[in-house]
Amino acid sequence: MKNRESVKLFLASLAAIACGLLVGFIIIMIANPSQGVRAFSIMLQGGFYRGLRSTGQVLYFAVPIMMTGLSVAFAFKCGNFNIGATGQFTVGAFTSIFLANTLYGVIPDSVLWIVALLGAGIAGALWALIPGILKAYKNVNIVISGIMFNYIGMLLVIEGVKAFIYDQAGARSQTALVAIPKMGLNKIFPGSDINAGTIIAIVVCIVAWYILNKTTFGYELKACGYNQNATQYAGMNDKNLAIFSLLCAGFFAGLGGGLTYIAGTGKAISTAEVLMVEGFNGIPVALLGMNSPLGCIASALFVSYINLGGNYMQAVNIPVEVIDVMVAVIIYFSSFTLLVKGFIDSYNKRKEKGLLPSDGGSE
Amino acid sequence: MDLVYFLFSQTLLFTIPLLIVALGGMFSERSGVVNIALEGIMIIGAFGGIYFINMSQTHGWMNGLPLFLVALVISAVIGGLFSLLHAYAAINLKSDQTISGTALNMLAPALGLFIAKVTLDGLPNVMFRNTFRIVEVPFLSQIPIIGDLFFKNTYLSTFIGLFILVVSWFFIYKTRTGLRIRACGENPHAADAAGINVPKIRYLGVVLSGVLAGMGGLIYIIPISTEYNCTVAGYGFLALAVLIFGNWKPWRIAGAALFFGVMKTLAYTYGSIPILSSLGLPSVIFKLIPFVATLIILTFTSKDSAAPKAAGIPYDKSTR
Repeated sequence: MKNRESVKLFLASLAAIACGLLVGFIIIMIANPSQGVRAFSIMLQGGFYRGLRSTGQVLYFAVPIMMTGLSVAFAFKCGNFNIGATGQFTVGAFTSIFLANTLYGVIPDSVLWIVALLGAGIAGALWALIPGILKAYKNVNIVISGIMFNYIGMLLVIEGVKAFIYDQAGARSQTALVAIPKMGLNKIFPGSDINAGTIIAIVVCIVAWYILNKTTFGYELKACGYNQNATQYAGMNDKNLAIFSLLCAGFFAGLGGGLTYIAGTGKAISTAEVLMVEGFNGIPVALLGMNSPLGCIASALFVSYINLGGNYMQAVNIPVEVIDVMVAVIIYFSSFTLLVKGFIDSYNKRKEKGLLPSDGGSE
Repeated sequence: MDLVYFLFSQTLLFTIPLLIVALGGMFSERSGVVNIALEGIMIIGAFGGIYFINMSQTHGWMNGLPLFLVALVISAVIGGLFSLLHAYAAINLKSDQTISGTALNMLAPALGLFIAKVTLDGLPNVMFRNTFRIVEVPFLSQIPIIGDLFFKNTYLSTFIGLFILVVSWFFIYKTRTGLRIRACGENPHAADAAGINVPKIRYLGVVLSGVLAGMGGLIYIIPISTEYNCTVAGYGFLALAVLIFGNWKPWRIAGAALFFGVMKTLAYTYGSIPILSSLGLPSVIFKLIPFVATLIILTFTSKDSAAPKAAGIPYDKSTR
């Protein structure tokens, strides 16, 4: 039964993606009728357009959104909408550069990047802790506390950057002095920015999937998401579960910040008062991945793929924003899963009519 | 005294858009639909209005207050239409309201930037000239104190905002439709049993929120900039916070919006206020205050929050 359910969800997602692509195609054709077909095909080739280099870039750009997507999805499983992933990502990014640059020379480079990444994850987790506690014990709306913590995190990180790791030349932080090793991936995908961060992100997603689906803790987390009163009645500590789920979510988002900013690509934190986009971009990744950790891997790669295609498409004067429009349309239609499932159900029923008794009762 | 007047007018620039958008959110949520898309609706509404102002100023169609009013109507209509997408997903298709809201938040800036780039020679910024400031309202500006506070260097939007506040309060508490909206947000099944068309009322709530958020977007952008690149700097999310801070009640929302406005003003002008600048605090303290204060207040008030009970839950006749 469970398998058929996920097949339906999968078909619904495919239908949503098809709708998104169709809308994207129509918009491109309206914007540039003469070059539209060519632009669209460039976009579809996205991750292969420049050969393995493009594929490497897809894998590289998928890392931040995969982690923030996982963060949002994990919290969703326990019934929380982690809109605060942005703030957790930001403090993670800051912590990673801060640790990398202050401990540079003290700890050997081969260990330092691991320390920086763990620090980033822990910082993200701590940033999610207070909203979690406020939610569990004081019933503070998690969306609001998340938004507040996004701003607080951004403002404090800007102050931290100015105080500790400021780059006088531009209004931004220094870049990290250590980098995640490439592990030979740059030989497989020559010319791309790929590094072991991609592998780490995928492994973390798999671990998260394992925790959710194969451990008692994960079972309790999901139960808490389905019905908090029932978990309490069954003797689980629903308050701690809610806090733990947010701690994990915060860890993933913070780790994502670390993976992004010590990737060895010279990324620096800007001191402009603008929230980092990676956190919000995780929300569509989680939704598209049906809030499953493994789904997040696939959807992050997909979003990264068409984003790269959109970048190449600018060569024929199509603004890259069409990609965001498409992703938005896909998400909008993915909220129609019930509708698509209804179609499939009624189709199946018609097919089975008179032959088999309906199996609807066991659902 | 001049300083007070200056600070007051600055405060209003921040407060009024927050107030209008949060009131919009109130209609939606009290009818039972969580509207996380306020940010996106603000963006697309402001885009419509600013785009019209840009066109009108280039071609010389209109000027001054009439242009402002027409742009405001356009923003409201576009915001209302855009919110229909959310209403359809949330009400007809009973989908997860956070998901469709997120989709709209993502769609709005992308669509706006796309249209701007395609139609305005590849530039993402829509330029406009701010010719809408009212230097002095005749007669009324002569009233001592109040004249200086409200009727000098002001925008029409201030009065529109206050008018919307009063009308919203009257509408939601003193009219039959207002009662129905509240009923649908608290107990849609009881409302349905009493003969109220729940989907229709919820559509009304969501579209009202779209209209107000669209207007709020334009009102926010006009005084603070001369170009628009499809961002309202998280104001839609702040309005959501104001709504919850204000406990879903019009006057408390007004108070919450004013609080945010005052704090925001202090954060950016504290250097010119003698008492505050002599404290020697870093400016980040003032910037943090609205967010930290919101958290603290919510911590102590959330236990007895007056959130509409059915907000966020799709109405399904067959459940009870």
